[in-house]
Amino acid sequence: MSKAVEIRWHGRGGQGAKTAALLLADVTFNTGKFVQGFPEYGPERMGAPITAYNRISDTSIRVHSNIYEPDYVVVVDETLLESVDVTKGLKKEGAIVINSARPKEELMPHLKGYEGRVYTIDARKVSIEALGKYFPNSPMLAAIVKVSGIMPEDKFLEEMQQSFQHKFASKPEVVAGNMKALTLALEEVK
Amino acid sequence: MSIRERLSGNEAVSIAIRQINPDVFPAFPITPSTEIPQYFSSYVANGQVDTVFIPVESEHSSMSATIGAEAAGARSLTATSSCGLAYMWEELYVAASDRLPLALALVNRALSGPININCDHSDAMGARDAGWIQIFAENNQEAYDNFVQAYRIAEHKDVRLPIMVCQDGFITSHAVENIELLEDEQVKAFVGEYEPEHYLLNSKEAMAVGPYGVPAYYMEAKRAQLEALKNAKQVALQVAADFEKISGRKYGLFEEYRMEDADYVMVLIGSAAGTAKDAADALREKGVKAGVLKIRLFRPFPAEEIAAALKDAKVVACMDRTESYNGNCGPLGAEVKSALFTAGQMPMVLNYVYGLGGRDVTVESLTSVFEDMKKADETGELGETYRYLSVRE
Repeated sequence: MSKAVEIRWHGRGGQGAKTAALLLADVTFNTGKFVQGFPEYGPERMGAPITAYNRISDTSIRVHSNIYEPDYVVVVDETLLESVDVTKGLKKEGAIVINSARPKEELMPHLKGYEGRVYTIDARKVSIEALGKYFPNSPMLAAIVKVSGIMPEDKFLEEMQQSFQHKFASKPEVVAGNMKALTLALEEVK
Repeated sequence: MSIRERLSGNEAVSIAIRQINPDVFPAFPITPSTEIPQYFSSYVANGQVDTVFIPVESEHSSMSATIGAEAAGARSLTATSSCGLAYMWEELYVAASDRLPLALALVNRALSGPININCDHSDAMGARDAGWIQIFAENNQEAYDNFVQAYRIAEHKDVRLPIMVCQDGFITSHAVENIELLEDEQVKAFVGEYEPEHYLLNSKEAMAVGPYGVPAYYMEAKRAQLEALKNAKQVALQVAADFEKISGRKYGLFEEYRMEDADYVMVLIGSAAGTAKDAADALREKGVKAGVLKIRLFRPFPAEEIAAALKDAKVVACMDRTESYNGNCGPLGAEVKSALFTAGQMPMVLNYVYGLGGRDVTVESLTSVFEDMKKADETGELGETYRYLSVRE
């Protein structure tokens, strides 16, 4: 039976929530875990709400369904708080991480009385500072690694360095910026 | 040495095809199979394979070109989904009746309408009587392993038929999961070179492919085709035995999970089987003797073997991920019930339609099917035998 850590991502089409879920699968796979990373596809278009999922486990994973009672939720786009029930089924022993510059008190009314831990990270600020452009997925990936404790932070950075070097083999100049985004994000999660 | 990786089902199949290095791959894209020719075309561009990759203008053409290449003597394949398979329809029958052992990577997706890009088995099930071998996978590992085994089954001299290697659209095709890959050299040695006995480019033997079959011969041709398809069962088992030697992974015509003393057996195809195993495990802990029979080969249908596997079952639930529009049963339900009747076995049988157009299949929903089986057993009442799972009525 599944003793997997289950994570649900909420984003908008084009923001990279699916990519972030696949990156999390990659990086945890590299620590010896069994992983699943998969998107839920609807009518795909830029800006439409999308959901992606991760299961991360010490044993093999057989189940092939969406996740309804996640341990963690990541909200890549805070405007979704208005329209999507992001805390639905979220375990109170778990946590939610929201990409927002606003204080938590302003976000709480949208969380339907969620009793678990609530974290925010200003992924825009981090991304602009590190990369000069707004790509929220790297900061959000670092944030969920920190909040979930799914792997040690130094191991995470080490794995991501290799992953970026591989991924950006043809444009090595962007590796440092992406690494900076991860390092800053680990510090900026509140 | 196996290689520990994490890949989506489409990536895994693309890698299997790269390792096989086939001769010709004509392709036309359609979601969710598009990534297979997409990944493969990068292998072609990078010089990792010497396959002739032919972008064509439709699925009718991709299957036609695959047939033409295979008839010429080249190991060929294509990939598609849903309406793409529908558009290949007449060509599917040509491939089978011309006895061409080509391969098709089918990424299962619902047929329109309403238009839908998500998984069900209506595409493959619609093609079930076209004369192809059909083989299904639960996850990315099985999609990969089945592809590595596909040509050995299809090209065997006792078979010589096209093979449709199926996996569930998005659920496995786009989900990244752990997988064990074989070394390139292992796959190459396992699959071997294609050496057709008769082929169009053989200048020493003039032949025609696909000529008119007059009534005096047509029926014998179809009968011979059936014999070849029936032979695929034994050949698939031989190939699986050889595959186990290099991979350590065991395959049969179907998989039996906790079947040894099972009272309630769910028969199903594809990615939902893993979910069903989790449901069965939880029920076993409560003392309910639940088992799962997962179909691998749907064509040819292993009727006698399945009846034998179900001989002690009290209640059987056949799970169809397609609607057959006969008001009586789905394709899997029909096959299983026919197999049981022929074997003189009369367990209670329920037939569910589930997971159409990507409707999510959960441990909870499949648990409810086992509970329905238990209730039918305890009350002796089957009730409505043709049911829908997880639907708003």
